Amino acid sequence: MISKDEILHVATLANLKFQPDEVDSFVDQLDKIVNMESKLSSVDTTGIEPTYNMGDTSTVFREDKGIHTQTREQMLENVPETDNNLIKVPTIVDKEDDE
Amino acid sequence: MNFETTIGLEVHVELKTKSKMYSPSPVAYGADSNVNTNVIDFGFPGTLPTVNKNGYRLGVMVALALNAEIEHHTHFDRKNYFYPDNPKAYQITQQDKPLGHDGYVEIEVDGKKKKIGVEELHVEEDAGKNTHGNNGYSYVDLNRQGTPLIEIVSKPDMHSPEEAYQYLENLRKIIQFTGASDVKMEEGSMRVDTNISIRPVGSDTYGTKVELKNLNSFNHVKLGLAYEEKRQANILKQGGRIGQETRRFDEKTGETFLMRVKSGADDYRYFPEPDLPDYDISPEWVAEIKANLPESAAKRRVRYINELGIPEYDAGVLTDTKEMSDFFDEAVSYKANPKLVSNWLMGEVNGYLNEKKVGLLDTKLTPEHLAKMINLISDGTISSKIAKKVFKETISNGTEPEEWVKSKGLVQESDPAVLKPMILEILDNNQQSIDDFKNGKDRAVGYLVGQIMKQTHGQANPKVVNKILMAELNSR
Repeated sequence: MISKDEILHVATLANLKFQPDEVDSFVDQLDKIVNMESKLSSVDTTGIEPTYNMGDTSTVFREDKGIHTQTREQMLENVPETDNNLIKVPTIVDKEDDE
Repeated sequence: MNFETTIGLEVHVELKTKSKMYSPSPVAYGADSNVNTNVIDFGFPGTLPTVNKNGYRLGVMVALALNAEIEHHTHFDRKNYFYPDNPKAYQITQQDKPLGHDGYVEIEVDGKKKKIGVEELHVEEDAGKNTHGNNGYSYVDLNRQGTPLIEIVSKPDMHSPEEAYQYLENLRKIIQFTGASDVKMEEGSMRVDTNISIRPVGSDTYGTKVELKNLNSFNHVKLGLAYEEKRQANILKQGGRIGQETRRFDEKTGETFLMRVKSGADDYRYFPEPDLPDYDISPEWVAEIKANLPESAAKRRVRYINELGIPEYDAGVLTDTKEMSDFFDEAVSYKANPKLVSNWLMGEVNGYLNEKKVGLLDTKLTPEHLAKMINLISDGTISSKIAKKVFKETISNGTEPEEWVKSKGLVQESDPAVLKPMILEILDNNQQSIDDFKNGKDRAVGYLVGQIMKQTHGQANPKVVNKILMAELNSR
């Protein structure tokens, strides 16, 4: 059984916020989905290589050439707010930063 | 109570490619903000990644140089997290089947050799760069977003800050000599995260791990770890408990400070990257990369000692950086005497670099010019005293030594017919020195040679001068 805490945890990871009554309905829905998925675990897969990808191609590489496919102006066109060609975003304080 | 320290290191190294790992945007250090970005780097819907062949090749090179096994059937995975420096909200990495595993780096501490295990290494992409303002906003530059990285995860095999330091030094050197990365801490092309725990000697379970951040040099790693060792031991001695936390090293005080307490494991929800196919890394390709691995520092050192007759210590200094070693090899390829090239590099050249606080490649000295200058000394065209003038000119202005020597009339005077009359005249004017010499004062010879050098502006061939002078002194 999926717990309410698990729903809230997954919501946090997905950057989603719910009303309290919504959370209860998700407990029920997600529980059904997880139960359905868990049926797959009943299949005996002993000795079978896992499938990581469904595509029928393999090992596609790109040659190492630096190309500008868009200009900076084009890229910054959709940015809500820029400053000195930098993307301005609200500071996120709860995660450590690199430098 | 005595404690045993356990250290594990995670090192990120930027691979030297022309384009990003999963997008064709150019990679360039210090470029103007957001110039080297495209729709893939910005994580636009509908865009697809592609894998940079050279990035993967460089990763395999590093893995082979670290004696690792290469994974022949692999795929990429998504590591999910929200942060503005990575707009697509996931990093493409190799969680499940890393590029290489089970390598090692050899270190030597207090005369004892030891292998430090490399658990695994995998390719992934770097994030962009955030700058934090004081106004509640951050500023993001996505130029670095997608830059190819290789992450090298050590086994928890290090038991002192010194061992960790040696591991990093050797790791840096090995990678630098492959040419796969610049491995410069100061430019961020090499970054180190450390985990350290201590436990009472004899205990068979590890103590609680503390992660250290903000280590901007190998020396900071050593200092930070040494501080942590003491801090943790003090807590345990007083009956306290070590918290599972991330701490920040403060370079001003040399202490570590709590950044955040870790509440449970991070939840990155890895899954196979659906936008990329599986990858077969053929044994033939790996063999080809292995056959073309550039000569390692260790091999160069042995070659310098055995084939070029360079003393052990000097060979060690010459192979300390790839820059220096490449410079040496190239100068020697111009037929200059290896021992002399080595002496000049370690003496005058290093002296100049230290004085001006610049790197070897920042000067105008070329291996060809250094070789030419040394050959001018070897064939007697210039004296070693004049050579110092030539050196200064060449390294400062990039002047071609042969022509400069000719045009400035600095060619050494070796003709006895020119030197002898000068020497005779000087002897005639310095009877006191002759008397001193006869009375066994060898210093008199030095004085007389000095006089001749003064008169010839340092251009007299000292060997020829000595020969004539001694013959003349003994006959008087």
